[in-house]
Amino acid sequence: MRLELEEASNWIKLFAKKVEANKSELNELDTAIGDGDHGTNMDRGAKAIVESLSKNDPTNVSDLYKDTAFAMIQKVGGASGPLYGTAFLDMSKAVKNGNIELSDLIQIGTDGIKRRGEADVNMKTMIDVWQPISDVLKSGKLIKKDVKEALDSTEDMVATKGRASYLEEKSKGHIDPGSQSSAYLFDTLVDVLGENN
Amino acid sequence: MKKIINNVEDIVPELISGLVKTNSGLIKQIEGTTAVVRNDKKFSETKQVGIVSGGGSGHEPLHAGFVGDGMLSAAVAGEVFTSPTPDQIYEAINAVNKGMGVLLIVKNYSGDVMNFDMAKEMAEADDIKIRTIVVDDDISVENSEFTQGKRGVAGTVLVEKIVGAAARSGMSLDDLAKLGQAVINNTKTIGIALHAATVPAVGHPGFELKDDEIEYGIGIHNERGYSVEKIKPSQVLADELIEKILKEFIDKSGKFAVLINGMGGTPLMEQYIFANDVLNELNDKNIDVQFSKVGNMVTSLDMQGISLTIMKTEDNWIDMLKEPVVTIGW
Repeated sequence: MRLELEEASNWIKLFAKKVEANKSELNELDTAIGDGDHGTNMDRGAKAIVESLSKNDPTNVSDLYKDTAFAMIQKVGGASGPLYGTAFLDMSKAVKNGNIELSDLIQIGTDGIKRRGEADVNMKTMIDVWQPISDVLKSGKLIKKDVKEALDSTEDMVATKGRASYLEEKSKGHIDPGSQSSAYLFDTLVDVLGENN
Repeated sequence: MKKIINNVEDIVPELISGLVKTNSGLIKQIEGTTAVVRNDKKFSETKQVGIVSGGGSGHEPLHAGFVGDGMLSAAVAGEVFTSPTPDQIYEAINAVNKGMGVLLIVKNYSGDVMNFDMAKEMAEADDIKIRTIVVDDDISVENSEFTQGKRGVAGTVLVEKIVGAAARSGMSLDDLAKLGQAVINNTKTIGIALHAATVPAVGHPGFELKDDEIEYGIGIHNERGYSVEKIKPSQVLADELIEKILKEFIDKSGKFAVLINGMGGTPLMEQYIFANDVLNELNDKNIDVQFSKVGNMVTSLDMQGISLTIMKTEDNWIDMLKEPVVTIGW
C-alpha cells in the first residue's frame, strides 16, 4: 500500500492538529522525565507545518514530506526537531523518484531517527514507537491498538538515550514523551487509512 | 507562576532584543534569527577563527553574555531550555567565518549535539571548515554507554574563556579544537539545588523539594540529581562537593582554577559564603588555586542552587582565564 498525496497531506495536517490539541499532555509527560517543554516545542512545529503547507501547497509527496521536515527542523528545536526533521527528510528523499510502499517509507523514517540520534530500540525513545509500527505495517494492517501497545511498552523501559537517561532507573514508570507524540503521528495515520486498512 | 514576561512565545525574541539594545556597541542580532554576533570595531578589522556557541535560553548570561573580543564570536539562543535550530546556527557560522574556519562549542545534551551537527553539515556543504568540541564537565552523571554521557554545565564558560583567548591570539582551528578538548578533560563540575526552576511554558517548578531539602547532582534544565538530603551548612556542602570533584583528578599538583556558579535564584551573598568555604578547604588540602570566579554565569532560570567547577590547568591557561575581556557576562 502506498500513501498518495491527498492521504499523506491529510495525515500530516491531522497530526499537526492532534499535537496542538495535546500540547499540555506532552508537556506534562516531559515534566516527569525531561524538562517539560516537548508539547510547547512540538506545538510550535505543528503550527509551522500548517503554515508551510498552506503557503507552499506541495504538489507531490516528496515536497510534502520535505516541507514538513523543514518546518520541524527550523521551529521545534531540542532533540525532537532534528529527529522528526531527519525522519521526514529521509522519507522525502525516498519518494523523490516515485512513491514507495508505506511500510518501507516508515522504516526509512525510523532509520533516519536511529542515525541522527545514534539510538536503537529499547532505549525509551520515539524509536520504540516507530520501529514496532514499521514492523506491523510490513506484516499487514495497522490499528490503534498497535500504536497504544508500542507506546505503553515505553513505560517500563529505563531510558538510555536522551535527557531522561540521566534519571536511570527513575525513568521507569513514565511514558516517553517523544513516543507519545510519535503515537499521535501513527494514530492519525490510522485515522487516514481507516481501521480496516 | 509569577514572572516578568509578556507572552510565553515572545520570551526569546524579547530577551535578545533587550540584550542587544542595552549592549549595542558589543553585540548585534543576526537578522532573522535569535543569534547575536560581535559588533565591535576590532571584529570587523581582524581575522581569527570564529567561535560559535549556543543552546537553550534560560541560562543567561550564557551564551550571548560571553560574546565579545577574547571570548565568543557569536552565540545562538534557542527557546527556553531547548536547543537552537540548525538554520540559526548556520547563520551564526556564516556571520563569523573569516576564512580560518569556525569552532563550535556545544554542551553535551542530545538536542544541542544533533542541531549543531546538522548545522555543521550545512556549513561544510559551503566548504566552511568546522570543528566541534562537546563540553561534558558534570561529574554527577556516570559517563557510561547507558546514558547520554556527562552533561555540559557551568564549566562551559571556562572553556569559552580559554578557547576565546587562544583564538584572539591567532591559534588555528585544529589547535583550538585540541586545546578545547584538553580544557574539557580537565574541568569537573557538580551542582546542588535548593529549589527547582519554573519553565515559563510549564508554569510550576520542575520538581519539588521540601523546605529543608537539597538535591545533589542536578543539571541545568531541572534534571533530577542523584540524591535528596537535608540542607547542611555551607562549609559541609563545600567539603562534600570538593571531595567528590577531587576524586576525578589523579594528579593534584599544578595550578587550579575554581568557578562558583549561581543557578539564578541564589543571592551573591550565599555564593561568596560558599566561595570562602571552598577556597579555605582547597587551601587546607594544598590545592594551588590561581584563579577563582564567583557569580551567575550559567544559570537555570530561577533555580536556587549553586555549582562548583574545578579545573586543573596546563600551560598558560591561568593567564588566558585572567586576560581581560569586554562582554556582558564575564
